[in-house]
Amino acid sequence: MKLSSQWVREFADLKVDNRQLADDLTAAGIAVEAIAGEGENTVFEMEIGTNRPDAMNHYGVAREAAAIYNLLLRPIAPKLPDPGSAAAFPIEIQDATGCVRFTARVACDVRVAPSATRIAQRLALIDQRPINNAVDATNYTLWEMGKPTHAFDLDLLEGGKIIVRRAMNGEKLKTLDGVERTLTSEDLVVADAKKPVALAGVMGGFDTMITEKTRNLLIESAWWDPVTIRKTSRRHGLHTDASHRFERGADFESTLLSCNRVMELILESGGGQLQGNVIDVVARRLDQAPVALHISEVHRILGQKLDTQVIYGILHRLGFELIPERGGEFDFTVRIPSWRLDVEREIDLIEEIARLYGYDKFPNTLPAFAGSVVEQADSKKDEKLRSSLLGLGYNEAVSLTFISHEDAETFSNAPVIELANPISEEASIMRTSMLPGMLNMLSYNLNRGTNDVRLFEMGSVFQDQKTGMPRELKRISLGRTSPSPQQGETWPTQLFFDLKGDVETLLHAFEHKTLSYDSHLAEYFHPGRAARVVMDGATVAQFGQVHSEIAAKRKLRQEAYVAELSLDQLYRHGLRQIRYEALPRYPAVERDFSFLFPNEIIFAKIEQGVLSLALSELRSFKPIEIFRGGKLPAGKYSILLRATFQSRERTLREDEVADWSKQIVKALEKLGGEQRA
Amino acid sequence: MTYTVPKLKNYSAAALGKAAGKLVSALEQESAAVKNETVWKEFRDRWVGRKSGVLTQINELWLKAAPKEAKREVGQLVNELKKEVENTVELTLQRIRTGAAESRLTAERLDITLPGNHRPLGAEHPVIKTMNEIVSVFRNLGYSVEDGPVIETDYYNFEALNFPPNHPARDTQDTLFVANQESKPLRERLLLRTHTSPVQIRTMEKMKPPIRIVIPGKVHRNDPPDASHSPMFHQIEGLAVDTNITFGDLKGTLDHAMKALFGSSVKTSFRPSFFPFTEPSAEMLVSCFICGGSGKRGAEPCRPCKLTGWIEILGCGMVDPNVFEFVKHNGYDPQKISGFAFGMGADRIAILKYGVDDIQLFFNGDVRFLQQFA
Repeated sequence: MKLSSQWVREFADLKVDNRQLADDLTAAGIAVEAIAGEGENTVFEMEIGTNRPDAMNHYGVAREAAAIYNLLLRPIAPKLPDPGSAAAFPIEIQDATGCVRFTARVACDVRVAPSATRIAQRLALIDQRPINNAVDATNYTLWEMGKPTHAFDLDLLEGGKIIVRRAMNGEKLKTLDGVERTLTSEDLVVADAKKPVALAGVMGGFDTMITEKTRNLLIESAWWDPVTIRKTSRRHGLHTDASHRFERGADFESTLLSCNRVMELILESGGGQLQGNVIDVVARRLDQAPVALHISEVHRILGQKLDTQVIYGILHRLGFELIPERGGEFDFTVRIPSWRLDVEREIDLIEEIARLYGYDKFPNTLPAFAGSVVEQADSKKDEKLRSSLLGLGYNEAVSLTFISHEDAETFSNAPVIELANPISEEASIMRTSMLPGMLNMLSYNLNRGTNDVRLFEMGSVFQDQKTGMPRELKRISLGRTSPSPQQGETWPTQLFFDLKGDVETLLHAFEHKTLSYDSHLAEYFHPGRAARVVMDGATVAQFGQVHSEIAAKRKLRQEAYVAELSLDQLYRHGLRQIRYEALPRYPAVERDFSFLFPNEIIFAKIEQGVLSLALSELRSFKPIEIFRGGKLPAGKYSILLRATFQSRERTLREDEVADWSKQIVKALEKLGGEQRA
Repeated sequence: MTYTVPKLKNYSAAALGKAAGKLVSALEQESAAVKNETVWKEFRDRWVGRKSGVLTQINELWLKAAPKEAKREVGQLVNELKKEVENTVELTLQRIRTGAAESRLTAERLDITLPGNHRPLGAEHPVIKTMNEIVSVFRNLGYSVEDGPVIETDYYNFEALNFPPNHPARDTQDTLFVANQESKPLRERLLLRTHTSPVQIRTMEKMKPPIRIVIPGKVHRNDPPDASHSPMFHQIEGLAVDTNITFGDLKGTLDHAMKALFGSSVKTSFRPSFFPFTEPSAEMLVSCFICGGSGKRGAEPCRPCKLTGWIEILGCGMVDPNVFEFVKHNGYDPQKISGFAFGMGADRIAILKYGVDDIQLFFNGDVRFLQQFA
């Protein structure tokens, strides 16, 4: 919102320069964001809070400035001839909820023409387009004192009267912007005897507007109910300078003054005569209850013992009337000025005192506190996973929480939360999986030539529930792309096992009895290069290569591996307790076994076969090398296995190790393995 | 020309001395010629070998053959020579071993100016890192961390925060609404929380005063993405409620926190503002931690503070009594207690702190960007 500095200065003899004025207004909460132009063309770019419609105009800002500097505020006092006669036009308020007060004046033989240069320039300076002297008079008054008014062509009002009423459902009104609007019974309208002529407080009607042909006119200055105006404004998607002010609460007492001011400006510029006296219909009084002020409460909230004289002075300058209450329960009864509908309570007065006193003048203090810091239940677990992932070389990433319908269908079958007003179709669902976001980030990197990508994201996924709040489930996603292959790899698909190792590192931080891997997988994974991880009977993660069809759809130019951990499941387990174990004092003995196995004998079976021997001193049993193809018979693979034996009590004897080795060989042969030379 | 032990014909002191001299000089000559361990072994065997080493020979040829009256003198000489020989053999070994080690070390020399092998560490996300830093400042002041749902009801996001239905202040929130809520009463309708403030209410519902909490979290608004807007961003909310909290406490706490975050030389300034859930409300500015408050960086204007030397960093205020009314039953009687609340955008602070020029960089996972924060 732009305001002219010169226009503000018309109402108070401000001694300070524009820079200082802007700073002082800003410090009092009437924020001047920027200053443009020079001299009489200086324009303040204002940022006025929703609660201060009274300061969204020149007079209102002058009122604030006068209070800041303790100066006299020059009143707006329009001079009009006294036509002597009574009201010239009947006005009927049928809806006292929507219209509290309707003030009007009528003028005849007005010459509608361009405004005087002074008026037109002022309006242009604050980005308002001059139209004609009558319309400009209403606009000028709006920007001068913040009160929207409207001018009708009197000769186009049918039936010789004005009725304020709710519209009928389906009733039509073409508004000033040329749009024909269909009204509802909730819309408040100004109507003549036959038709609506304005959408009350929002925009006037096209058919009764002021044109060059207009000779006789009626000026409306009413006070409309903020909620009614807001609803109508939103229903019709019509936000105007008028509706902006009415829905925030205009000055009830200013209808008469503004009506006179508009008329004064019109008569000044367009000649004509006032037709009869003012018509001022008050449907009901607006109740602005006085507020009780306790000086002790001011001190309790602000923390500084401001002097009563200081408090009195500030409020008085702002237009509040303070009536001392001697011996009463409180110190002052404060009457609220009609332009301050935002002040209703004692705390509102306290803010007025604080802001005019100057926030920065209050000394900084620190409160005493007796409570203690309480940890979040999962904060240690979060931190453990996060620091492990950072250590494993994964960069922490954050992606948007929205996904598309298509991704929602591909990556989850959970019931979705859909947005009513999404940014775009692509972002219309709250994510049900972390993986679409992770895949987007992987392809973003691959498309920019970064081939070795390691990312993780901690976040929530969202699921609709039939009743109550949606579920928000904590997840971690990991993403890894294949680095260029290295020489002499032991495993055929290194990346799978890299990722599996990373996932295991994360999972092993938690207490558990069993951890197993199987192929009960979501369909977006490669069926042969992915795994589901089950910890003590519950699925805690899925990981592996993304299905080739998904990868192709997302234009992933490299193999992409992802993992998703369900923290809601994982966090049912505590973090692994640290237990000290004495170091072994006797040497370990290793034995290698080279075997040929049919492909269907997977390592889990081999391991199980050996572990079921329950050899008491067997410490570990691991695959060392795997080889497929070459000269090996079809359908078979070669594996080098290593057993490590160690006792806590003694050095092992050659013969017992030989015996265990024999048992192992036997077990492996039972599985269909052939020992190689 | 290997040394052989002569038989002695004369046991006079002069003759003994001469024979010993010859032996020692031969020993030194041979020792000097030893170049590796194989040669050294031959050398050792020839001089100290038990069967026919030089020492054994002088024992046989010189001492045993000596006349009785010369025995004592010859014995002494042989003993001295024995020490000398053994010592020289040992020293010779040491000499060649040292030499070998040295030449091996020389051969193993690396080009230490070649670059090191990096096992890259993952980088913390700059926004999360900023949030954690802010949270830790407040933890040190006794604040506990709280959280709450991202998908909220109208009641918690608006109504209980003193945004009445149909209040224009709701317009400033650019809310993203959940679809198909029309059949529910307004207060139960779901939306994406537009600020972390709903957690204030949720916390006060479950905990009696006094409380001190910070709430880091994601929020959403209907802002199409561009260089300075994102429909998803991060906020940190704070709330302190007790019997004696004042506006001065609000100022002092935030001033302390900003000094902890941006350095002890930053200044804070407060100006009036409007939030429905605080009264009085304020906007806090910190003196620009990039230009030091001068508005200039050398000869260039300082863009982050728009040349003003000040940066708007958060909104705050004393908790509005209307907010306490919603949780009055849990010990929040606005006549007896008071509190302050504040909220700041973590993304914005990270942008200022690191001079990032596009908020979208935070959310596209570009490793080249993220690795800069490692």
